[in-house]
Amino acid sequence: MTTLTDTPKASFRLSMLIYDTRYRSLTIQVTTLGMVCLGIFWLGYNASVNLAKLGLQPNFSFLSSRAGYDISQSLIEYDSSFTHGRAALVGIVNTLLVAVLGCVAATLIGVVAGVLRLSKNWVVSRLMAVYVEGFRNVPLLLWIILIYAVMTESTPQPRDFREGGAASMLLDGSVAITNRGVYIPKPVFESGSMAVIAVLVLSFIGALLYRRYARKMLFTQGRLLPMVWPALAILIVPTLVAFFALGGPISLNYPELGGFNFAGGIQISNPLMALWVALSLYTGAFIAEIVRAGIMAISKGQTEAAYSLGLRPGRTMNLVILPQAMRVIIPPLISQFLNLTKNSSLAIAVGYPDVRATLGGITLNQTGRALECMLLIGLFYLAISLAISLVMNFYNNRMQMKER
Amino acid sequence: MSDKNVSFVRTKMLPQSEPPIGQRGVVKWIRENLFSSWLNAILTLVSIWLVWFVVSHLTPWFANSVWAAESLSQCREIRDATIGNGVPSACFAVITDRWQQLLFGFYPNTEYWRPVLALVLFVVGILPALFTAIPRKFLIGTAVTPFVLFWLLWGGSVWTTAAGALGFVIGYYAFKLLTDRAGLIVGVGGAVGISFAYWLFAAGPLGDALHSILPIGIQYVESKNFGGFTLSVVIGVSGIILSLPLGILLALGRKSDMFIVNKLSTGFIEVIRGVPLIVWLFTASLILNYFLPPGTNFDLMLRVIIMVTLFSAAYIAEVVRGGLAALPKGQYEAADSLGLDYWKSMRLIILPQALKISIPGIVNTFIGLFKDTTLVVFIGLFDPIGLTNAIRASTNWNGIYWELYVFIGLMFFVFCYSMGRYSLYLEKKLQREHR
Amino acid sequence: MKKTVLFGALTVAGLVAGAASAATLDDVKARGKLNCGVTTGLAGFAAPDANGVWEGFDVAVCRAVAAAVFGDPTAVEFVPTTGETRFTALASGEIDMLARNTTWTFSRDTDLGFDFVGVNYYDGQGFMVPKSLGVSSAKDLDGATVCIQTGTTTELNLADFFRANNISYQPVPIQTNAEAQQQYLAGACDVYTTDASGLAATRATFEAPGDHVLLPEIISKEPLGPLVRHGDNDWGDIVRWTFNALVTAEELGVTSANVAELAAAPTNNPEVNRLLGTEGELGAMIGLDATWAVAAISASGNYGEIFEKNIGENTPIGLARGLNALWTDGGLIYSPPFR
Repeated sequence: MTTLTDTPKASFRLSMLIYDTRYRSLTIQVTTLGMVCLGIFWLGYNASVNLAKLGLQPNFSFLSSRAGYDISQSLIEYDSSFTHGRAALVGIVNTLLVAVLGCVAATLIGVVAGVLRLSKNWVVSRLMAVYVEGFRNVPLLLWIILIYAVMTESTPQPRDFREGGAASMLLDGSVAITNRGVYIPKPVFESGSMAVIAVLVLSFIGALLYRRYARKMLFTQGRLLPMVWPALAILIVPTLVAFFALGGPISLNYPELGGFNFAGGIQISNPLMALWVALSLYTGAFIAEIVRAGIMAISKGQTEAAYSLGLRPGRTMNLVILPQAMRVIIPPLISQFLNLTKNSSLAIAVGYPDVRATLGGITLNQTGRALECMLLIGLFYLAISLAISLVMNFYNNRMQMKER
Repeated sequence: MSDKNVSFVRTKMLPQSEPPIGQRGVVKWIRENLFSSWLNAILTLVSIWLVWFVVSHLTPWFANSVWAAESLSQCREIRDATIGNGVPSACFAVITDRWQQLLFGFYPNTEYWRPVLALVLFVVGILPALFTAIPRKFLIGTAVTPFVLFWLLWGGSVWTTAAGALGFVIGYYAFKLLTDRAGLIVGVGGAVGISFAYWLFAAGPLGDALHSILPIGIQYVESKNFGGFTLSVVIGVSGIILSLPLGILLALGRKSDMFIVNKLSTGFIEVIRGVPLIVWLFTASLILNYFLPPGTNFDLMLRVIIMVTLFSAAYIAEVVRGGLAALPKGQYEAADSLGLDYWKSMRLIILPQALKISIPGIVNTFIGLFKDTTLVVFIGLFDPIGLTNAIRASTNWNGIYWELYVFIGLMFFVFCYSMGRYSLYLEKKLQREHR
Repeated sequence: MKKTVLFGALTVAGLVAGAASAATLDDVKARGKLNCGVTTGLAGFAAPDANGVWEGFDVAVCRAVAAAVFGDPTAVEFVPTTGETRFTALASGEIDMLARNTTWTFSRDTDLGFDFVGVNYYDGQGFMVPKSLGVSSAKDLDGATVCIQTGTTTELNLADFFRANNISYQPVPIQTNAEAQQQYLAGACDVYTTDASGLAATRATFEAPGDHVLLPEIISKEPLGPLVRHGDNDWGDIVRWTFNALVTAEELGVTSANVAELAAAPTNNPEVNRLLGTEGELGAMIGLDATWAVAAISASGNYGEIFEKNIGENTPIGLARGLNALWTDGGLIYSPPFR
């Protein structure tokens, strides 16, 4: 504040905007802002002139007109008489589905591969190295195409499941793996099923509570309670009891071969499987490296200290190494999730109907509204990535506070 | 036996006996490394089975491959005649027939040496930047390399490129001169203005004039003739080179205290990173033209390079930001205490160190970008994957599938793996230096 | 080296690769080359060979137009376009004409702002099934899995057909013909549907083409033809009449072999004379040389020759003329008179 009194305002000269450090940053900022605004205005002006010349005014009314095409997989109700907007929504749901499935599988694969790559078992660690390097160094697009082709070539066709055919269903006729997808039984909910589900939810909460209790006992009293079996029991037993007590209100609808395809059950289509497998394996390879780096970042002294305290290797990993490694692992892990979500736009290569394929593919093609479609797609991906960024920042802040 | 009092004293050492069979050599190694526990044993067996499964399925296909044929049907005839009907057999004849196209696209046959030489020059050119053991004065060579590469790849008159490059020299001296006289802001503004004015009005006529006096040039190759791995490498390399300055500026902007600059940089980085490259590429091919002055029309490859540059600039910015954050705070404080202003402290103290730490990250960004160049197939450019479609559309090779993908995958692997090794080596070296 | 397009990376002026002004013909002449949009590769219709030279049925149309304008069939730049990028490329002036098996539809002709100049191939969407399936009509396909090549009107036709017949199906959209072929052969779909010409071309490359049949139903009309931007009628006329010249040449028996001879001196047939510029001034009326049609026909022959050479029965594609025979032979190919 003293500087203000030292330099009276009267002595302000225009050149101070450039030479005086107090004003210079303001000058720079205003200039930058001005140039950016000018640039945006210029682009917008060009666009409006060009579009007017072509007679294409930006217009989103196509979203409410009839789409007229079918989508191979939709989790929400859809057929060709619905609108383009609905088709876009189907695509969005499909993108989110494959992204979530992919993130879960990639994490599992990545953690297993990362740990195994550090294993002393020569064969296993070599194999994992080949896997990681192979997937990291070849474009994802190529992997998606190859995995899709391999999956269709190596699995039987539905007609092979006929009497006397070469293939048969697994698990007592409940699962069929075909080159059109995997068919699994579909649960049919009858009256009373809500009660069973409620019990399941309650016992899930119960299991979580037990886990918390066990941890508390461990940290406060040093008593190590068995973790896995009681938790499993809490989770399963009440649900089973409720299920049978209510006379089995949930039954399964098994897939059956009829006509050209299996009917009934749930079909996990082949494009979804291929995209899922490819995305998880590809991202899994990156996650494996992250996990490996995270584990190796924990100094060896930690392991030795834990051993000298008499902890067994498994427990050392769980209680000493992993909690510390997590802090290193999680931020890059989340950015891999983000990558996976964005990479799911490569679904175009296997014909999985994600948002790029519906809104940015067939809809764009039929309506010719390139500008509008690309804008909507861009906004959708941006929203997802900003949401994930928020989560990441929140986590980082939480973790940083605990650091000593 | 008879003399009970004599105690037994061994007078010489027994030779050391061999460890038991289970504790030595291969057996011990196998036991310790492969079968140390039940879990390990199962893992080993599963792994071995997996390897055997893959190898046993692929070997016959490779072993029976046909390397000399003119079409797929001829391949099948040769296979039927020599190996047997319907036996799995690869038809790598498509590679021997079309490998030039997969590597160079439609680049003129007689000019193949140019992309190859350009690649070699590029590697030689970046050496001084990558290996600190090389004297710093070679960095001038690095600065000249991009222009030489441009001229080599696209050809045309040497004077056109030289006249373009002259703009940078003019800009540099204008910057020096103006900064000394009137300060930094005027310097930057003036230099940019003068360079652009030169490029707009003087560069073209100057190049033409010089060319008419002394015509030196090589065959001009249009960018639509670029294809295959040449295209991937050109897009990848120009994307990374052009995005470095922009990325560094963005990183500095994001670390800046100036509110507007900070928010603008952050916004730009997040928007670019939040949207998949494939959407940006569609933007480049479908709607970028709408945003240019009416009547302008960019070459598609140029539009793609612009988009890829912006895209990788956002990633580079994040890598450099990581490098800036990793520097100890003392470095910033030391620079300030020496009385250096912002740009001097950045240029002389902070950036040299931060960039050095960032190089592995930059190389990794480049690998990612190089792999992502395959996405240009969706906007109709002939990268290696795009060429597979074109090759299969010729009646000779319609129906061929795996062979092309195997070849392309292998090429990408070689490129990316070697670069990945280099970045790993750098990381190790940096770790050693830091201790 | 007057103009280096990519040198424009350094100069804003150089960035301007070519302004799309009102008169396309002037632009094309100034550039010295015709920019022609084609597919990224479709057997028989457009594909680069081992030397990067484009060949095919659609390509021949481009070459004929280039020959008509410049007298040189090689003065063409082929710009590969995908299903998504083709219309934008044409609308933005990146290409002067699009010869990429594009179906002439109402909305494309009106709403999207293009003009179709004619039909160079009458196609229709068909179905291919393995013989072992025992299907003889598309109406038996209830519940079948159908592979579709996306990016065309195919999805809409398919949806309409199955809806109209009240039968269900499961679509498997696929980006390229190669992938679709691989999926179909592996049995991932029961049926492959796309334009009948594409089906025939695909079947020809199978190891055992006899194991697959094309179903009798053709469920759509797919008139494929070259198109230009709406609004520049002079340019549209050039492309339209160049194509018509190829058709008329076949009708009048003018081939690439005898065109030079016929054009040397007026013949007894006045229409041949008008076509080849030995009588009247048809060329001047569209702003071209008198010998424009001679050049166009010598580029790759008349319509019939182009058909036989690229997709005809003696090629691996093996398509019969069918609807694409001249009207005198019972087909639909018909050119207005040259007078």
